[in-house]
Parts: sequence; C-alpha cells; structure tokens
Amino acid sequence: MFCCRLAAAAEKLARNLSSLNPRPRGRAAAAVLQCHHLRPPSRSLTSTGVPGKDGNNLVYYLIVGGAVTGAGTYVYKTLKKDKKRFLDRIETIATRSHDVKSSSEGDAVSQSTTAEQGLMTTEQGAPETDPNARPESPSHAPFLLIGGGTAAFAAARSIRARDPGARVLIVSEDPELPYMRPPLSKELWFSEDPNVIETLRFKQWNGKERSIFFQPPSFYVPARDLPYVENGGVAILSGKKVVHMDVRGNVVKLDDGTQISYDKCLIATGGSPRNLPAIERAGKDVQQRLTLFRKIEDFRALEKISREVKSITIIGGGFLGSELACALGRRATELEVIQMFPENGNMGKILPEYLSNWTTDKVKREGVNVMTNAVVKSVSVCGNRLIIKLKDGRKVETDHIVAAVGLEPNVELAKSAGLEVDSDFGGFRVNAELQARSNIWVAGDAACFYDIKLGRRRVEHHDHAVVSGRLAGENMTGAAKPYWHQSMFWSDLGPDVGYEAIGLVDSSLPTVGVFAKATAKDTPKSATEQSGTGIRSESETEAEAPEITISASSPSTPQVPKQGEDYGKGVIFYLRDKVVVGIVLWNIFNRMPIARKIIKDGEEHADLNEVAKLFNIHED
Amino acid sequence: MLGKDKIIFVTKEDHETPSSAELVADDPNDPYEDQGLILPNGDINWNCPCLGGMASGPCGEQFKSAFSCFHYSTEEIKGSDCVDQFRAMQECMQKYPDLYPQEDDDEEKEEQSKDLETTSVEAAVAREEKGSS
Repeated sequence: MFCCRLAAAAEKLARNLSSLNPRPRGRAAAAVLQCHHLRPPSRSLTSTGVPGKDGNNLVYYLIVGGAVTGAGTYVYKTLKKDKKRFLDRIETIATRSHDVKSSSEGDAVSQSTTAEQGLMTTEQGAPETDPNARPESPSHAPFLLIGGGTAAFAAARSIRARDPGARVLIVSEDPELPYMRPPLSKELWFSEDPNVIETLRFKQWNGKERSIFFQPPSFYVPARDLPYVENGGVAILSGKKVVHMDVRGNVVKLDDGTQISYDKCLIATGGSPRNLPAIERAGKDVQQRLTLFRKIEDFRALEKISREVKSITIIGGGFLGSELACALGRRATELEVIQMFPENGNMGKILPEYLSNWTTDKVKREGVNVMTNAVVKSVSVCGNRLIIKLKDGRKVETDHIVAAVGLEPNVELAKSAGLEVDSDFGGFRVNAELQARSNIWVAGDAACFYDIKLGRRRVEHHDHAVVSGRLAGENMTGAAKPYWHQSMFWSDLGPDVGYEAIGLVDSSLPTVGVFAKATAKDTPKSATEQSGTGIRSESETEAEAPEITISASSPSTPQVPKQGEDYGKGVIFYLRDKVVVGIVLWNIFNRMPIARKIIKDGEEHADLNEVAKLFNIHED
Repeated sequence: MLGKDKIIFVTKEDHETPSSAELVADDPNDPYEDQGLILPNGDINWNCPCLGGMASGPCGEQFKSAFSCFHYSTEEIKGSDCVDQFRAMQECMQKYPDLYPQEDDDEEKEEQSKDLETTSVEAAVAREEKGSS
C-alpha cells in the first residue's frame, strides 16, 4: 500500500534525522537542501489500471476505456509540452540575460523595450492555450527575494514549507540557478570526471554524487506563471538586478525598468570579492590576468587557466585562498602554485599561531610555495608575465593571479531603501530576528545581525547562509524567532588538516587547545583515514611519522605551545571573558552538537580539560 | 599578547574518567530552538531540514496532504484511509522525475520480496511513538 511505502520513507528520514550529526561538513547544509532520503511510493502500486475485460459489457468498457485513454494522452501531452516550454523558458531567460548585459548601456528605457522584444520571441514556443498577454515578470510578488544564492534559496524553501501555496519570486543577478559555493573551491577540483566543469557534479562525503545546484530547473515555476499556478511555487528572474527599493511604497525597480511590488521582502544580495588597491591601480593588462573568485564562471575560467599557464599566484591566506592553493597545488604537478599573504601562516586570523604555523607546513606539502608576511606593493606586466613586488623587496614572477582577499557586502540598495548599514562589520544592520524594517529581512553574507549569545556580527559562511535564510523565511511567515541555532563552518586543506568550527573563531582571542597525545598510532596517515576527507596527497610524508614530542608535565595543566609538536587531532576553545565563545574541532568529526551546546550554555568552565572530555577526542 | 594560547596534551587514559563539566539542562519547549520532524504539540514541522525539499517543491501541497493524513490516521493499518492523497502525490511527482527520482526496477523487486506492510508500518509506528529525534 501507498501508506506503507511512505511509512518506509518516513522511517528512513526519521533515522536520517538522528544521524544528521556525523561529519556535518557541507552536510548540515546539504541536509537542508537535499532530499534523497525520501522516496516516493513505488510505481508498482498504481496497478489499478484499466477496467477489466468483461465480455458482456465489452462495448461499454471500450468506450469508457477509450475516453480515459484519450484524456490521459491529452494530459500527458500537455504536461510534456508544459515541461518543455518551461525548460525552454529557463534557457531563454538565461541566454537573454547575457544579451541584455552585453548590449545595454544601463539605460532603463531602452532596456524595457528590449525586454518587450524578448517577450515577443519567446512566446513562439508557448502553447496556444496560454494567454500571450502575461508579462515576463509579475508586477507583484507576495514574497520577493532579492538575490539568488544560498540564503535566498533556503528562505524560499522555508516559506514554501510553512505557507501553503506561497508564491515566491527570486530576482538574481547571476544567470545561473541557485547553487552552493563550497564545492567551487574544494570538491569540484578533486573530481575525476573530465566533464566536471559542465556538469558541476561532485562526490559527497558519503560517496553519493550531487550537483552544486540546489534544485534542477524543473523545480522552479516560470516567473510569468507565478501569479497563476495553482499551488504557488518558487520562480526565478535570472540575470536581473534590483537597482532601487522604495520601502514606503513596498516596490522595487529592476535594471530593465520593471517594477515589482511585494508584501514581504528578503535582501540576500551577498557580497562581491574585494580587490587589492595595488592591483586596481595596475591597469588593464594586469586585470586581464586576474581572477576574483566567487562564482561558477570564475571556477570554469580558473580551471581552464590552470591547464594553460605555468604559474598561478594566490593572494590571500584565509579559507578561500588556502583551499584554492591546495586544490591547485594538488592538481597539476607542472603548475607552480604560489600563495602569499600578510599573516604569519595560513588561516592566521582564525587559528592560534601554533596551529596556523603547523597548517602552513601542511599546505606547503600540498605543493604550494607559501610566502608569509607578504604585502603586495605593486603589480605590473613584463613580457607576457606578471611581476608582483612586495613591500619587503621580494619579487614574484607569475602568469595569473587569484585574489582571495575578502568579501565586500552588497549594500547598494541601502541608499534608496533608507536602510542602515553597519559601520563595524559592513552589511545591512538587522535585529536578532534578521529584520531591517517591518516587512524587510536580510540574510546571508550581507546581514549584520544581533546574535543573542555572541553579540552583533556578520558571518560569511555557507551554513550561516542556510541557517539565516531559513530563519528569515520562518520570520517572513510569522515565526518571530531570533537567531538561535548556531551555524558552523568547515575547511579542508589536504590530508592532515580538516576541521569544523562554530561560534567566534578569531585568533585574537585567548585559546586553550586540548590535543590527543601523539602515540605511535597517531600518524598523519591514520588521521587521514579516520577523517575520511577523501583528499589524498601523493606526497610520501604519509608514511613517515614526524618527530613527536611527548609533554612531560601533567596533562591537565595548560602549557605554552612548543615548536615541533604534532597536532593530529583535538579541540580548541576560544574564550572571551572566560566563557567559551568559539570551538574548533580539529580533525575530529561527528561532534558538532556538543560544541553547539557548550556555546549555547555560555557557562564559565574552570577546567577546560574536563569540557574537552565531552568530545572523546581519542575515539574514531 | 604573550602566552594567550595554551595547549594540553592528553592520553586516552587521561580522558577515561567521566567529565566533571556541567551542562545546562535543555528546555524541550524552548520556542527558539530548531525542532525535529514532530513539534512538541504533535504537529508536523514542515520546515524540518530532514524533509529536504519535499514540502516546498511543486508537489509540496500533495506531499503535505498525504503525510498529514498519514500522521493523524488512527486506522488499524495507519494511513490506509489516505490512499487518495498518496495517489495524488505520486501523480504529481511523476511529472517531475528529476526532482523526485523514481525507483528503478531492481530496487522495486527487492522491496516486494520482503513483507513490506508489516515491517514498514511497525517501524513507522515506532518512529511516531519516539517523536522527533
């Protein structure tokens, strides 16, 4: 029976709920946005079929059967056509956005004409039954989401789950449908599929493949049909930018002149990669050899470049820079990969110095030439190569630069909307419920919000986009809940460095790290096998155990880090006024819930070694 | 700031004794907390991450209708009064094969060989009693 099938599925998903905690990297997020757990009832159960062949009433049954078959065929055909029309539509939107971008001068008038002309051409594919009068974009959207990234998608899903039949319109500058970013600097580079730049599919920690797109095109309703489709849905206007927001009138204006009014609005505009002033000054020749990495198009371009040039330099020592450096370093043995940044070591702003130094060492083993304490003074072109001059006199010759020096939140709408921008953290200033005004919320990278536990902050991580997007969606449908579930983040840098973290993880805070004492068993290789990162460096260092220094003093007395220690796995607590406000789980996994709990409690713990016991760092 | 970072190395034996760290008891009815699949009042949490996109996709309404019916069904065989809703849901899902992947034949055969009805219903009942996880 159907119910039993769904019950089986329900059991599966309930089981998956309780096992949601293992290795949340990408999966706390992925769990929100995947749905492979739930299977629909089997096709075999629809075996009611056509009326039986009773000889006595054969004629009667033939007539009925014929009518049913005819109706069924008609319905089937219409659905197929609709689906094809839908897919064509999405394609048209995507291609037209390119045309509009390249041809327009940004003049609103000319662009609205272009939009109308575009309207005419696309209607050729529409079935005759559809009213041709429908404009490309609805003039009103009950739920308008500005931005088409992770936060907006999470909000759309949340709104649809809570408000039956909700009509959600996403307006996105990006021509692509909503996708997740973390694989762009990690998994996609490790894929063995030669078509990965087309398919954008990657293998997850559990071996299953998925696309970086949250949903395939068939999930979305065409924007023009959004006001009419029976149960509502999520529609996307791709390649369009909201350029003006009238908060009093509750209406926005797009770059093509279209006006859309809304009942509730979410601003999820994210951010744009920052550039170095030295590079901005440098001129076109340098700009042509520069990648500001953020989007799918940047990934595709860089992947191509990595096969064509001999040397790539990454400027920036944070998550993105270090991950790209490791990805590129591992990828091609003929490619020289240089990474330079002002800090003393990789992740210098996140990890305490001893751990940052240790990590830098590991990054170097991935084949990266790491230059620390490097501040770029100028960049120029000489022959066909780039010359980077550092402030301390060092010079680097390279073919291409990737700048990963931070994100500038996209707050251009603040002016027209009259919304407050935070001067400390950047981004739109919102309250604990992510609200900027009574019917405007902000989520994701662009939101500077009040975290009840940790104070005002702005977070640029994937899981935060998911969590805040979901919360904004809940609040847009009446929940009035504050930011409470602490989001996490993670990073993978080669076989020895894989960590998950939560809370305020700032290297300027005092830290206490509790590490498993290295025994003969705790080689980097075994840590790799335990962590299952799936990233296998080809270096032979896996077979050698490094010099292991065994500490002489009693275990529960914190000591100052010494040179040459091995930090295979452990937990690091970040303290503010003796309260743990941030935790890094270093090469240990499945423990995020306990970390989340400790931060939520916000208690002063006299002995952090006792707290560390809760993590069972020796296990796994 | 000198000496602001401290480390402790611990062996397995060092960590064998139970922790003396005290954690604050959780309030199961905390309105701020994220809920599991079943809310404290017994309703279904359609926004549960565990459901993925099921309640929000094109067939979201049909899914909610079917699953609600099942959840509140008091029949001997739970959900046996919900056939129409499940059928509607399945019909909807078949229109979107790339959103709702249909099982392939091998899987179907394997499932049919087991006593589906009893095992699934029992498991579902067990889950229901357990509540959210």
